[in-house]
Amino acid sequence: MAVKSLLVEKERINLRGVLRARLGELHTVWAWVPMLPFFVFAVAFLLLPSASIVVRSFQGEQGQFTLANIERIFTRPDLLRAYENSILLSIATAIFGGVLGFLLGYAITLGRLPPSIRSMVLTFSGVASNFAGVPLAFAFIATLGQMGLVTRALNDLLGRNIYHSGFSIYNFWGLSIVYTYFQLPLMVLIITPALDGLRREWREAAEGLGATAYHYWRYVALPILLPSLLGTMVLLFANSFGAYATAYAFSGSQINLVPLVIGFNIRGNVLYDPGLGNALALGMVVIMAISIAFYSYLQRRSELWLK
Amino acid sequence: MAQVTRRPSAWAWVWLVIWAVFSWLPLVATLDFSLRARKGMLSLKAYQNIFADPGFYNSLAFSFQMALLTIVISIFLVVPTAYWVHLRLRRARPLVEFVTLLPFVVPAVVIAFGLIRWYCCPPFAFVSSPLLLVAGYVVLSLPYMYRAADTGLRAIDVCTLTEAAQSLGASNLQTFFLVILPNLRASILSGAFLTFAIVMGEFTLSSLLAWPAFGPYMQYVGVFKAYESAALAIISFALTWLVMLLMLWLVRGWAAARAVTAPR
Repeated sequence: MAVKSLLVEKERINLRGVLRARLGELHTVWAWVPMLPFFVFAVAFLLLPSASIVVRSFQGEQGQFTLANIERIFTRPDLLRAYENSILLSIATAIFGGVLGFLLGYAITLGRLPPSIRSMVLTFSGVASNFAGVPLAFAFIATLGQMGLVTRALNDLLGRNIYHSGFSIYNFWGLSIVYTYFQLPLMVLIITPALDGLRREWREAAEGLGATAYHYWRYVALPILLPSLLGTMVLLFANSFGAYATAYAFSGSQINLVPLVIGFNIRGNVLYDPGLGNALALGMVVIMAISIAFYSYLQRRSELWLK
Repeated sequence: MAQVTRRPSAWAWVWLVIWAVFSWLPLVATLDFSLRARKGMLSLKAYQNIFADPGFYNSLAFSFQMALLTIVISIFLVVPTAYWVHLRLRRARPLVEFVTLLPFVVPAVVIAFGLIRWYCCPPFAFVSSPLLLVAGYVVLSLPYMYRAADTGLRAIDVCTLTEAAQSLGASNLQTFFLVILPNLRASILSGAFLTFAIVMGEFTLSSLLAWPAFGPYMQYVGVFKAYESAALAIISFALTWLVMLLMLWLVRGWAAARAVTAPR
């Protein structure tokens, strides 16, 4: 860093230009050589296997082109049901996690809670967003399962079993609560920087012009935040759509989900049908790709004002 | 307006309390459940059963080895690439970013599906090698590791550092290992710890590729033993906390050390 302090800004830029020019003399092709290990690995273990799924989705048993695999998804009500369940569950938990996470993000940024609480919430969120899968399922069975702590407490309190009123940790709304547990911290982690980006001056300007808190949120803050809010919720959608471990750990569940169907297909039990498995995986990738494309579009929109 | 005061708003407390209940209740319930293995009293029996099970140590050791291998390979693949993109091949950045984001687009279950189909049969029949599992884990770690390395590289002046090292006679390898890498250790470390936490609890790949890792072990226990599975959930949560706190502590320590030696 001593070098840096000796140079004035202009000379530094010149030096960098000299360095660039000297490196530029190297043949362009050679510049790609250090990238080889990375790209060879990515091709071998990510791109080729993924691309082969796309290709094989359109292949019949003899390797001829066919749309039969994809058509079969649309003629099987159980598979369509799995897609429907997965999409609805992902939308529901993206909204729950998104709204709760936004409110919590608001509390630790603009809500002026003590900084110690803010850092505690963020650290906990870092851990909790990784606390998915099998142990999370165990935790919720111990909480809201038939013999769970909360189930028993509500039983004592209300005098009736919530399982008799239609609640179950294994049905759609039960699973939504479980998924929200790892969606909420992810939302907090992503939305907090966006909320930090709301400038104090904007609020002061609005209030100087006579805006109430409602006016400020309705006409200033929410329009600015909307792209990053929606974008993060799309990310939450994708996060829940791809979740396999949590779904599997609730395999006693009555509802069927796409990752589970693909898993069954890999394990090679009664459902075994390679063409269908490829088509199911392709359907999943297509839905994920659409949501990620939507996410990056919204991300660019949000960068107009924030950051 | 009253809002200008520094007092925390009442709503902030409301949301915080709701969050605290939702976040901590399942953990409290699990802890409570794990202590009830003996009827009518609290005991550590479920934990004793877990700690007496060789499967617990074997699966933990297996996942630990996989995690270390994954971290080493991931650093080796990602960090030099990210450095080279910053220094020399800026136009490769969108391509590299696209590849490292793919594991977010392609869910783990689909990656497992693709790997099994591609490497099941000759000429590439190595579906029974643990290296395929590690390769899958490295794929899962790419987004985290690249993001970490990229953040670290943005924070230092790569061109000036490289220029300074080379004008003092360092070779390319010396520059990378003795100048760039030490400056990146805090960010590489956070990527490594995140990868570690992910691999230790990973279920999808290890289960579908049929390896006795910690995730499938937990699932297996859960099928037969209620109290022991609650105990495992607590142990796994504690492990994740430990890893995260260790990471925060080390990264903060190093960031502070760097601030002292190189004020900017």
